[in-house]
Amino acid sequence: MAHLLTWIVVLPLVGFVLNGLLGNRFGKSFVTVVGCGLPLAAFAAAMACVLDLIAGGAREPLVHVAYTWAVVGDRTFEVAFWLDRLAAVMVLIVTGVGSLIHIYSTGYMHEDRSYARYFAYLNLFLFFMLLLVLGRSLLVLFVGWEGVGLASYLLIGFWFEDAEKARAGKKAFVTNRIGDAGFLLGMFAVFWALGTLDMDKVNAAYMAGPPPAVAASVVGVLLFIGATGKSAQIPLYVWLPDAMAGPTPVSALIHAATMVTAGVYLVARMSGVYMHAEFASSVVAVIGVATAFFAATIAVVQNDIKKVLAYSTVSQLGLMFVAAGVGAYGVAIFHVYTHAFFKACLFLGAGSVIHALSGEQDIRRMGGLAKRIPVTFVTFAVATAAIAGIPPLAGFFSKDEILWYAFASGKGGSPLLWAVAAATALLTAFYMFRLLWLTFFGRSRMSHEVEHHVHESPLSMTAVLTILAALSAIGGFLALPHWLEMQLPLPPVPDALHHFEWPLLVVSVVIAASGLLGAWYFFGNDAARAQRVHAKGLHRLLSAKYYVDECYERWLGRPLVWVSDRLFLNVGDRMLLDGTLNGLARLAQRGAGVLSRIQTGSLHRYVLFVLAGSAVLLLWSIGRV
Amino acid sequence: MSDAAWLNVVLFLPVLGTALLLFVPATRESAIRTLTLVAMAAQLVVTGFLYAAFDPATPGLQFATRLPWIPAWGVTYTIGLDGYNVLLVLLTAFLGPLVVAGAFTAVRRDVKLFYCMVLLIQFAMMGAFVAQDLFLFYLFWEAMMIPMFVIIGIWGGERRIYATFKFVLYTAFGSILMLAAMIWLAWSLATPEGALSFAFTDLYQSRLPLSTQVLLLSAFGLSFAIKVPIVPLHTWLPDAHVEAPTAGSVILAGVLLKMGTYGFMKLGFPLFPDATMVLSPLLIALAVVSIVYGACLALVQDDIKKIIAYSSISHLGYVMLGLVCLDLVGVQGAVVQMVSHGLTAAGLFLMVGMIYERCHTRELAAYGGLAKVLPVYSLFFMLLTLASIGLPTTSGFTGEFMVLLGAGTAGWQQYSQGSSFLLASSAVAVTGVVLGAMYMLRFAQGFLFGGERVPHGPVLDLDLREKAILVAIVAAVFWLGLFPAEPLAKTELAAQEYRQLVTTSRLPGNAP
Repeated sequence: MAHLLTWIVVLPLVGFVLNGLLGNRFGKSFVTVVGCGLPLAAFAAAMACVLDLIAGGAREPLVHVAYTWAVVGDRTFEVAFWLDRLAAVMVLIVTGVGSLIHIYSTGYMHEDRSYARYFAYLNLFLFFMLLLVLGRSLLVLFVGWEGVGLASYLLIGFWFEDAEKARAGKKAFVTNRIGDAGFLLGMFAVFWALGTLDMDKVNAAYMAGPPPAVAASVVGVLLFIGATGKSAQIPLYVWLPDAMAGPTPVSALIHAATMVTAGVYLVARMSGVYMHAEFASSVVAVIGVATAFFAATIAVVQNDIKKVLAYSTVSQLGLMFVAAGVGAYGVAIFHVYTHAFFKACLFLGAGSVIHALSGEQDIRRMGGLAKRIPVTFVTFAVATAAIAGIPPLAGFFSKDEILWYAFASGKGGSPLLWAVAAATALLTAFYMFRLLWLTFFGRSRMSHEVEHHVHESPLSMTAVLTILAALSAIGGFLALPHWLEMQLPLPPVPDALHHFEWPLLVVSVVIAASGLLGAWYFFGNDAARAQRVHAKGLHRLLSAKYYVDECYERWLGRPLVWVSDRLFLNVGDRMLLDGTLNGLARLAQRGAGVLSRIQTGSLHRYVLFVLAGSAVLLLWSIGRV
Repeated sequence: MSDAAWLNVVLFLPVLGTALLLFVPATRESAIRTLTLVAMAAQLVVTGFLYAAFDPATPGLQFATRLPWIPAWGVTYTIGLDGYNVLLVLLTAFLGPLVVAGAFTAVRRDVKLFYCMVLLIQFAMMGAFVAQDLFLFYLFWEAMMIPMFVIIGIWGGERRIYATFKFVLYTAFGSILMLAAMIWLAWSLATPEGALSFAFTDLYQSRLPLSTQVLLLSAFGLSFAIKVPIVPLHTWLPDAHVEAPTAGSVILAGVLLKMGTYGFMKLGFPLFPDATMVLSPLLIALAVVSIVYGACLALVQDDIKKIIAYSSISHLGYVMLGLVCLDLVGVQGAVVQMVSHGLTAAGLFLMVGMIYERCHTRELAAYGGLAKVLPVYSLFFMLLTLASIGLPTTSGFTGEFMVLLGAGTAGWQQYSQGSSFLLASSAVAVTGVVLGAMYMLRFAQGFLFGGERVPHGPVLDLDLREKAILVAIVAAVFWLGLFPAEPLAKTELAAQEYRQLVTTSRLPGNAP
């Protein structure tokens, strides 16, 4: 069965090649069949493998060595695939949600000129994502890691005629590369310490035996730098909101459900290291909670429906890192899993809204859509309630567990961490219901032209929305942290704290409810009360996203160009190097010019020179005597 | 014919081609092109067989020919393949037909002379790689300069005279130093009877005091460093590239620059191991400076050829880092990086040539939105860009990853022994990965995306000839990216020998 693992990865690659080379020639139905069929086949293969894993008690992983990439001296770099419980969860999310979004895309992208190119890229993304999830060594994971970055780049800039959109793709790629540099160093550090990059061996080495030469926290922090890039955490989160320039199903798949959770997966995958990296774990938790809160405040004032969801994703990823940072890796993965459903549903719902409104994305020009596009509305509402943490929907379970471990974990939990995470949860409920209200309730603020064309999306889209909404509703009943516990043990909770569990649960529910009520208070009744709030300074600060982009540009981007252009190019290359060289050349030329003047052709002059020379020689020889 | 003879066939096929060309009338241009292409293709085929037959488990030379040549000076004609040169010989033979085919439509003036020059430089480059005698190596090394001088000087751009002079002065300066050092080295190793030898294997036995080693390494090193080029000896390169015709740029970037790094690996460092150890902090610093400085400069260029030129400086900095760090993974990475850069830079220069033939400008700002107008062109361009950035699955990744991993590993070992310099340098070198993405994406972005700007448009997408050239390069790029195990096996013994030579002290008086 293990060899099937390779097929899970290869199938989408086949789709990429077929669609990329033949898609334009064979037409849309060919593209659709290949583009959706191969991810579905991968899903089936993944299902078969996971069932096989479970049938074996899920104690021993399935391993398959595809081939040996390189051998240098006594070091071997293999391309091997590895399926354990953690990988099983991820591979099902990636192929399952991935396939759904492929199907949705057949409706959403139907009119697009570059239909074949779109599906080729999407299949390429799946290929790399599956490499990332199934790779046994950090090297294979890294190949996938960079590869999904490439697919993301290509899809963000999918409509590349628009220079702005192409620029967003480049920003994503470069920002991710900064993180990747950290990842590379982390990978090297592992290699220095252990001479292998196989993650199971690395974890085992850090879990037991003499401590490896490189401290766990060094590895942990370096790898986490990579995670801040891919999973959009402070300070490298800036690319994700801009990434919304891509087609909306791409935002759902790559920038919400799968790729951006790769950083969380990485931390969970390397849990053997992080468990013994106290410092690195606190860094993870603190960055996570700071990002979660910070992004949530920005989401409150955004007016672009996709931007709200983008900042929400940044914020939710922060919460996942909080869980990972306090040692509750299984809980982090649980939130990855529930988040994949409700955030994919929200993005696809937003896509459906945008589709219905002929491309309109500004929620100030929406309103009253509930009756016009009912399926979209209902599914969007369910997913909103799920992300806000309304029980018993999926988000409630995972978020409550995160809050609980943020408070009670014996490995870094604290009331302060809990408080900030809880405040984030409150903001989440607030901005999500604000979005729901402004989009679907109240009077219509659409232009007449747009309103005229409002229509519910085709079945390919609404069916997917319905499935995802259903999963957002009931997904939380699967006790994933418990199933993962054998592989990712939950952190110990001090006995004294156990009696806080129920009160905190109640607080969680109250938080979600107050967010809902707050949003209704301000934004119900056509946002009448919100317009009366006067906090211009704060509003401007939040709308400008704390001017972080501007600061990066001013303090990093421009100085780099200045140094390169003014210092290196003009002063270094042109003045110093070429200047010296040209100076030398001129000197030689002039010297030759001077000397050439001696050669006059005048016989008198030459005799004079001979005499003068003889005189000098004579004097010199007299002096020697 | 014996196996060894085939390597001579590889070496002299371009000469044969040139000789035959002399009999073709200058007006029969297509016959000239075909003949050159056939000669190059034949060379590639034979090289391919030799590569396949090259046994990774045999140390030392394979397919070797040793003939006395100038007995009075101890000069021999010794050539052969080993792990040091086998991939570079393959690269040179591989690029040959592509250079020729790439120039089919670009060169319209003095066609016969042009292809003669291309064949001769191919001969000289091949010779420099397979030569196993320092005197022979030097002759080939010098011989490379002349056809390149002619190629840039005749078929170059507007400022071609300035560029050729700069190129020649730089290289001649280096060559003179190398000549002097070569003679000194041979003399100092002369037997009491006064017999000389230039054979590499004899030179590797040399025992010289440290001061002499440092002096000689500096002389050889300057010559090689100019070719690489290493900052601050690089300013001839952007000018040469900008003014050179496409074929010139491709040869320059594809093969000629590797002559410098190959020189360091085969001669400079192994001949003077103690000096290498003494100078290694300087060499490491220069390698890292080249990586970062080259990348920064590539970031602010407006001429598309200059972007690739400066990126070459950065990419060859990795090669130097891999060679100097002396970690086996790093050394192997350096070899891969040489080949990888040869492929990607050659490919990119060819593509710049293709667009230049259509649009007649190298100004980056003049272009935009090519992806829509020239989809096939853009696809290949994107692939080569990604390879240049070092994206996994391409050759660029294999090279960069192994170099950085090796340098870091060596740095970590030195760090454990109390020196953090190499470790810190490797960390700085990793920033090259970020800068690489910045300048190449700026390039690709301006070129392929955004609003449509096609000077002298409308233009046609790639024709079959151009596609075939690029398919070959891209296939090689992925081969090295996905399956580097086989080529790495062929170079492994040489890499080990290189480490062995450089890390073993050879001061006089030390026990052998």
